[in-house]
Amino acid sequence: MVLARVKPGRERSLRELLDTMNSAPGAADPTNVVLPFARFERLHFARLAVLDDPTLGDIAVHAVPRRNLPVHLALIASCDGPARECIAELAVRAEAGLRQIFRHCDDFDAQSDLLAWMHAHQGALAASYINWVGRTVRQIREESALRRALAARVPRVPVASGAQAQQIRRELIDFVDAEVSAGRLGLTPPDPTPLRWQIAKLAHLVAIPLAGLVLLPLLVVLSPLLVFTLRTKEDSDAEVCLPPDRAALLEMQHLEDHDVSNQYTAIGSVKPGLFRRGLVTVLLILIDYACRHVFTRGFLARVQTIHFAFWAFLDDKRRLVFTSNYDGGHEAYMDDFINKVAWGLNLAFSNGVGWPRTRWLVARGARIEDKFKHFQRRHQLPTEVWYKAYPGLTLVDLKRNQRIREGLERKSVTDAQAQAWLRLL
Amino acid sequence: MSAIPGEGRPVELDDVQGLVRFGYRHLPEACFLLLRIKDAVAARDWLTRAPVTSAAKTDRLPDTALQVAFTSEGLRALGLAPDVYAEFSVEFLAGMASDAARARRLGDVGANDPGHWQWGAGERVPHVAVLLYARPGALAAWEREIETQCAVGFALVERLSTSDTQGVEPFGFTDGISQPEVDWERRRPVRDEDQLEYLNLSCLGEYLLGYPNEYGRYTPRPLLAPRRDPVGLLPRAEDAPEQADLGRNGCYLVMRQLRQDVHGFWRELDRQAQGDPDLRERLGAAMVGRRRTGEPLVTSGGDAVAGGEPEQHARLNAFTYQDDPRGLRCPLGAHIRRANPRNADLPPGAPGILSRLSRMLGFDAAALEQDLVASTRFHRLLRRGRVYGAGARSAGGTSHSPDTGIHFICLAANIKRQFEFVQNAWLMGSRFAGLNESDPLLGHRLPDPGNTPTDGFSMPQADGPDRRLSGLPQFVTVRGGAYFFLPGIRALRYLAMTR
Repeated sequence: MVLARVKPGRERSLRELLDTMNSAPGAADPTNVVLPFARFERLHFARLAVLDDPTLGDIAVHAVPRRNLPVHLALIASCDGPARECIAELAVRAEAGLRQIFRHCDDFDAQSDLLAWMHAHQGALAASYINWVGRTVRQIREESALRRALAARVPRVPVASGAQAQQIRRELIDFVDAEVSAGRLGLTPPDPTPLRWQIAKLAHLVAIPLAGLVLLPLLVVLSPLLVFTLRTKEDSDAEVCLPPDRAALLEMQHLEDHDVSNQYTAIGSVKPGLFRRGLVTVLLILIDYACRHVFTRGFLARVQTIHFAFWAFLDDKRRLVFTSNYDGGHEAYMDDFINKVAWGLNLAFSNGVGWPRTRWLVARGARIEDKFKHFQRRHQLPTEVWYKAYPGLTLVDLKRNQRIREGLERKSVTDAQAQAWLRLL
Repeated sequence: MSAIPGEGRPVELDDVQGLVRFGYRHLPEACFLLLRIKDAVAARDWLTRAPVTSAAKTDRLPDTALQVAFTSEGLRALGLAPDVYAEFSVEFLAGMASDAARARRLGDVGANDPGHWQWGAGERVPHVAVLLYARPGALAAWEREIETQCAVGFALVERLSTSDTQGVEPFGFTDGISQPEVDWERRRPVRDEDQLEYLNLSCLGEYLLGYPNEYGRYTPRPLLAPRRDPVGLLPRAEDAPEQADLGRNGCYLVMRQLRQDVHGFWRELDRQAQGDPDLRERLGAAMVGRRRTGEPLVTSGGDAVAGGEPEQHARLNAFTYQDDPRGLRCPLGAHIRRANPRNADLPPGAPGILSRLSRMLGFDAAALEQDLVASTRFHRLLRRGRVYGAGARSAGGTSHSPDTGIHFICLAANIKRQFEFVQNAWLMGSRFAGLNESDPLLGHRLPDPGNTPTDGFSMPQADGPDRRLSGLPQFVTVRGGAYFFLPGIRALRYLAMTR
């Protein structure tokens, strides 16, 4: 993520420039001249959004005057490989376009060293979720082509026996081998996981619980006070759950449902005071921990429709921005969260100004359906530019395609496995 | 939840329009008059005395019935105060044919595009729908009487006729079997808690405004300061007793004219079955999820679903798909399985807190597979549609397909969460339950972005790949539609009074 302040007065021209990158509202032109996304083969999703917060005044409910916080530009890209490499590749291969974009930002000018500037403005993510850690764009594309070829080829007849299923599978393997030799299909073996990445992950796996252990005595001692503070605040913090502005809502809907996946970008202020600031920090560390070590295989608790999601603090933790890429329509996305993981929404967002009233950090809150739906739409911002590398594919597709390949590459399978594999086609 | 003053008071049935409670099956003749207000004074005058039938039971079944509903344009034309008007739901205010984004969500694209509609778009958005029902032979006189009364105040946009086809929709299948059982007695506790079993008994507030819904919440609706209702015409709000509730005992009514290509449907099945009449029937039943008789492909194992209606249809409606998770008996994409997946808030699993926790956190892989679609109870519709045209009788005949179909009507308290959700995510959505196809009956067949076809239909097989139909043509075309507000009867008089 690259995050920079937009120069005062330059917002409009920035939006106009961003708009030239789209082929239709809500869909980036993959080959647009400013930032030709399709040229970056490791790029899954990308977005550019002008973070102009319409809810800055809400903080008045905490008797805090409205702060004059800047408008930011966020460039968020989900790439295979380390973030630094991704940024470097962007800076080298789309230098002219990026200069054109960042010229609208505070401390960037014609003389600036683009790469250094982008590194300097690399926003730290407070937490990030990746649906399937390690699944690359190349893999997704190859496996999608594989499924299409197999689905067209498989004989759609009842399979009488396991032996017949085995026979069909062998024929399909031969077919795929021939297609691969002819260069019509590719099944590139995965790159080895970098050792540095593994070590860093392991260190993180251990470090967070260790830190928790160290702080545990303090937490135990403070717990009555913390619990008391939490419950008092939960019962007294004001809700701001006004319906979204109808024109703004329509603008957002205008950008949606052009693909089987959609984007969501939202911004809001963190409730004032040390308690909330500390709490949101700790919770996002824990969420990040869970996303990194637990929810790495296709599901975030019960939700299976999020490709990537990011949380990032702005303005010294005064504000939080959240972005996600999800499958299906907006209403279904929100209903999925309310009905399946409202507790998780509350953990992640209830320290935001105006959030529907929670109890014990997990209960109520997002379950107050009407208020939550108003809240989330009102805090949403239009995503000016949004790119997805594999239009038409959902996470269910990706997972099934992955299984098809696994079943294809397995040395030997039982009769039952062969039949189950055929059913995937 | 703590007691709210006025909470739990019995439903004022005499204030509810009868259609919410009854399908008026004993009044098989019906027609729907879509009107625009041409003289507001005369229109108000008629609305003040319109003989609207209520939901209260009478000793003798009525011989005729009349219901009145308004579009948002209609409420504006009546002169409802803008700030009151603005408190109706965003979808209702915008209207069904309001913008391209909604059209995309509802599948109103291609041949379904509102630009092609007979009514419901542009100048042809009605203000008022007057629904007339009558005993056999009695409709013509009833309609004449009402038309005379309405002649000064209203202009006719469209007269939608209906046919009595004894509950059989034009493709030839018994229709209207699955309905939620509305909790008129308010037996369901006002509480927000997970339901671990699929229940057909549905909170009153899912259909009528002014009552708690499945989340234990009162759906937002216009609440008025008492000064706006000085004579106390309107009921007071249960959740805000100092305010007058313009929504109470009313609901939203979604109407869509769905033209069905009966010839095209059976011709396509003949083609797919290569003339085998038996297979053709089986394919048709697989697409619908029921045989023509209404017999579901999945029948209840032993556990009947609680809250099913006790009468004749219970056998046809008391089932879930829990024992058919892969869709071997009823395909996952069958029309009735999409429209009502009949599942609970949590996928099934072993009893006990540990199993529940593991399902809640997504660690139970088998449960997760079943979890792409969940919590049916928030997406139920009360259906009140009627057939128009020759219906299934047109199936034989010539190659020319006559104009027949359904005037689809459904009632809901929340257009977005109920009608639009079901239409978008479950019916038109090409990724329902992980499939790559849209509804076999309703699909518009246009490919997805990325050019994935949506015109297939998969029938999972026990051993081997799915049996798959592909290249299905469009069978159902939207010819018109609108979102209405079906007010409570006191609210109707209030609206008629407003200046």
